[in-house]
Amino acid sequence: MATTKLGFVVQRPPYKSENPKLALTHAIASQSVEVYLKDGDIVTAEVAFVGDGVLNCLKDQKATEHYDISSTESHIKMSLLVDVKVLVCKEDLAKFGLSEDDIVMDAEEFGADMTVSVVPFQEINKMMEDVNHLLFF
Amino acid sequence: MGKLTIGCFSSLVGSMSLDFAVKLAGAALDKGHKVDFWVSGNGTMLSIKDQRSFKDYSSLEKPIKELIAKGLSITACEACAEARGYNKGITMEGFKRHSMDWYLASTFDADRVLHIGGE
Repeated sequence: MATTKLGFVVQRPPYKSENPKLALTHAIASQSVEVYLKDGDIVTAEVAFVGDGVLNCLKDQKATEHYDISSTESHIKMSLLVDVKVLVCKEDLAKFGLSEDDIVMDAEEFGADMTVSVVPFQEINKMMEDVNHLLFF
Repeated sequence: MGKLTIGCFSSLVGSMSLDFAVKLAGAALDKGHKVDFWVSGNGTMLSIKDQRSFKDYSSLEKPIKELIAKGLSITACEACAEARGYNKGITMEGFKRHSMDWYLASTFDADRVLHIGGE
C-alpha cells in the first residue's frame, strides 16, 4: 500500500489557454486511477492557483453563455466534490484586489464537503515540498 | 534503471516542446530507462498517422515509430483527441488512447515526472 502525491500548480489565466482546465480534469482523474494500480495504492492530487492563475477562481463565470463550454468555475466545484484539495494564493488574490467574496469557495449545491482554502504562499510552498511530483500548468 | 513519465500538452506544429520531449524520451530509452509518454490537449496531434513531412514543420511520426519499436509506451488522452476529431481510425499504430487517469497511474511508480508545456 502506497500513496503518490501530485501537486498541480496553475499559473495561467482562464480562457486564454486550455491549461487551467486540463490541470483540473487531470486532478479529478485521481479519483479513478485505482483501476490501473494494485489494491491499496493511490494517487492523490492537490491543486494550487497562483499568480494570474487565481483568476480561474472568480465566481459567476459565463463560459456556457459566451462559449458554450463548461466553466473553469464548474471544474473547481467538481474538484471539491471529489475531495481534491484546492488552494488559492492569498497574496496573489490581493494583488488583483480580490478576496474570498469574489471567488468560488465551495460546491454546496453539489453536496461537496471540501471547500477552497485561501492560504499564504508559504503554505502553497509547503504543499509543493510535500508532494512527490509537481506539474505546472 | 529508472522510470520516467513525460507529459506534454503542446501541439506538434506551432511549438517545439513536443520535439524536445520526444528527443528526451529517446535519450532516456537509450540509457536503458523505462519511459511512459502522455500527450493531452493539443499534444494529441502527435498521435495522428500519415503525417506528411515538410522541412518547415516538425514531423515526429518517424521518430515516434522508432521509439515505440524500442519500447516507448506512449498514450494520448482519448477525450482530448476525440474533441479534436482525432479518432481511433487515424491513430498511429502502437499509440495507445486512454483517459487521464492513465497518466496519473503512470506517475505512481515513476522516479521522475516531467510535465512539459502547454500553449
